[in-house]
Amino acid sequence: MRRPALRRPNLRRPNLRTLARGLRARLVVAFLLVAALSALATSALTFREARTAILKRTQDTAVTALRAQVNSQVPDLGFPPDDKSLVKLTQDLDRAGQALQWTTHVRYKDGPLLPAGFRGPGEKGNPGGRIPEGVREKVRDGIAAFQRVTVDGSPWLAIGLPVAFSGDTSQMSGLEVYAQVPLREDEVNVHALVDAAQSGALPAVALAVVPALIAARGVLRPVRELRRATQRITEGELDTRLKVTGGDELADLSRTFNDMAAALEENVAELRRMEANSRRFAADVSHELRTPLAAMTAVVDVLDEDAAGLDPDTAHAVRLISEETGKLARMVEDLMEISRFDAGAAALHLDEVDVAETVRKTLQARGWQDKVTARLPEGVRARLDPRRVDVVVANLVGNALRHGGEPVAVSVRAGRGDAGDERLLIEIADRGEGIDPEVLPHVFDRFFKADAARVRSEGSGLGLAITLENVRLHDGTVRAANGPEGGAVFTVDLPLRRGGGDEG
Amino acid sequence: MSRVLLIEDDRAVREGVTLTLRRRGHDVEAAPTGEAGLAALETFRPDLVLLDLMLPDKSGFEVCRRIRATQQIPIIMLTARGDDIDVVLGLEAGADDYIVKPARGEVLEARIRAVLRRAAPVDGAGCEPAPAAAEAHGDLVIDRAGLLVSKNGQDLPLAPSEMKLLLYLSATPGRVFSRQQLLEHVWEHSYHGDARLVDACVMRLRTKVEESTRSPKYIQTVRGFGYRFGPL
Repeated sequence: MRRPALRRPNLRRPNLRTLARGLRARLVVAFLLVAALSALATSALTFREARTAILKRTQDTAVTALRAQVNSQVPDLGFPPDDKSLVKLTQDLDRAGQALQWTTHVRYKDGPLLPAGFRGPGEKGNPGGRIPEGVREKVRDGIAAFQRVTVDGSPWLAIGLPVAFSGDTSQMSGLEVYAQVPLREDEVNVHALVDAAQSGALPAVALAVVPALIAARGVLRPVRELRRATQRITEGELDTRLKVTGGDELADLSRTFNDMAAALEENVAELRRMEANSRRFAADVSHELRTPLAAMTAVVDVLDEDAAGLDPDTAHAVRLISEETGKLARMVEDLMEISRFDAGAAALHLDEVDVAETVRKTLQARGWQDKVTARLPEGVRARLDPRRVDVVVANLVGNALRHGGEPVAVSVRAGRGDAGDERLLIEIADRGEGIDPEVLPHVFDRFFKADAARVRSEGSGLGLAITLENVRLHDGTVRAANGPEGGAVFTVDLPLRRGGGDEG
Repeated sequence: MSRVLLIEDDRAVREGVTLTLRRRGHDVEAAPTGEAGLAALETFRPDLVLLDLMLPDKSGFEVCRRIRATQQIPIIMLTARGDDIDVVLGLEAGADDYIVKPARGEVLEARIRAVLRRAAPVDGAGCEPAPAAAEAHGDLVIDRAGLLVSKNGQDLPLAPSEMKLLLYLSATPGRVFSRQQLLEHVWEHSYHGDARLVDACVMRLRTKVEESTRSPKYIQTVRGFGYRFGPL
């Protein structure tokens, strides 16, 4: 089975986009927002309070001033006053009230407001346009009144004073004095607010970055440590633990992480122990089987020699024992070989050899020269372990002869790999049925039998698995595929010169 | 027909090997322990020792060293493990060859014959060479007919595999032989035998014939190809 390549953890520095989406940025933005909001709210409230206070003072001042002026001017008025003297009164009042920039109107006994004509803001031709009805009614009822009004977006104060006869304040004289006072504290206040914002709110907001960064650091440091620790665990350092400081949620997280790492370490250790045990068991079993097999194997040829002289049944039994003893011996050999690979005890004994000669000898040693066509270029020298390559070629050719069909072709070529290094390719092709695509990924599995009927062959069921391990030991690969003209094709791809210790 | 001393602790293996070798006409004496084996060495006077490496009382390596200290008879190790370290240690201890158990009678027989054969004839030297005087190579004097090698007049005690290797290499000074060629000619192993046999044997031979094993004069390594004798 091909395993997907292990994904390396992402070790790149975070780029700008991830940075903008990062915790630090989010925290800073949140802090800034909160700071700005609170600065704004504070300014707004302050502004309102200040504005109210200023207005109140302005209006108190205006009312008091008007009252004083009226008190000082009215006694000079002849009664009943004529229009001329009323107008003069307003002029006098206006003059006296220059500081407050008011404009005054008077009327007497339901007469028109004087001076007639437009003065001050308000509707054209409507003298005293900014004296609200409510004020007039109150004045008519003999009560002094004032009210704030807004005209064209700027505030004005309308004041109405009923004039009583001196000495008897319950006696209304019928004279009413109205004044309109511009309240121009507005712009002043806006300016003040802007100033306050600039000199107070902005630095406050800017200062908010500092606690934001501190808070971010407090959160980010544990998070970063956690990430680093996770990475280390990913890379296999299972004894990684975090330092737990404090008692907040992050400390809890670190503690939980440590518990997880401990559990993981324990599980892995347990698995490794089990694996080592089962490996040792396999090795021990094959080893123990070897001694009785050695005794049996030694006498097998004695049996074979004498079988001819025995009665047919016994002879058959004897030949069967001899045959199966041989198979058992091979299987135990293969098991030992596999357990050596598993234990990492398989060593390469590299030698410089002529590849064509090596393959030719492999075929000769097993008497396959006539069954196998070999395309072997002369003069290709490679550095490899001849014994192991012999096993590889013999297993693949044997497999092709058993499961594929003659003619089996072995071809060798040396060439450049993708990385530009020198590679040695050994290809073994047969002209049989080919391999079922479903079976293809499993052909190198141990004890894998392609045919459900489990026809027992010469092999131990470990041949291809051993082939794979031997090729891996050379840092090579072996692939199984179906050739274009039918039949299976096994390709061994080895480095032409495997590095390592020189054997000479 | 030869006298074989088998030192092997497992009864079944002892009996099986004894049985099959007797069938092939050898005279076999079997010993269950290293001590018994060393004792039988004196009384039985074998031509060859088959030695199990995993012995109860003293290890096969130790027995191998004890035998080598006094005699140059052929020793073949029986190893129950293909473990490399066993083989290497056994070869260092002076064994000439090794057989991995389980082995069929034919294999035992072939190895015994190979190790007992006198120095293999050199390629192309099919005709009977006249008993020439001993050849001198530097300080070495090699008497091919008498199978004697001396250095500065001192006879060198060479184990059978060492003797054969030296005779084979020195027959054509300056010619390079690959390990595989040497395995086939000196040990009569089929191709893809264990090249460590050659390396271990060369190491042992160098300690006996060279002035300095670091810069060998007689048996030189040709990196990537194998070994050659000289040229001096």
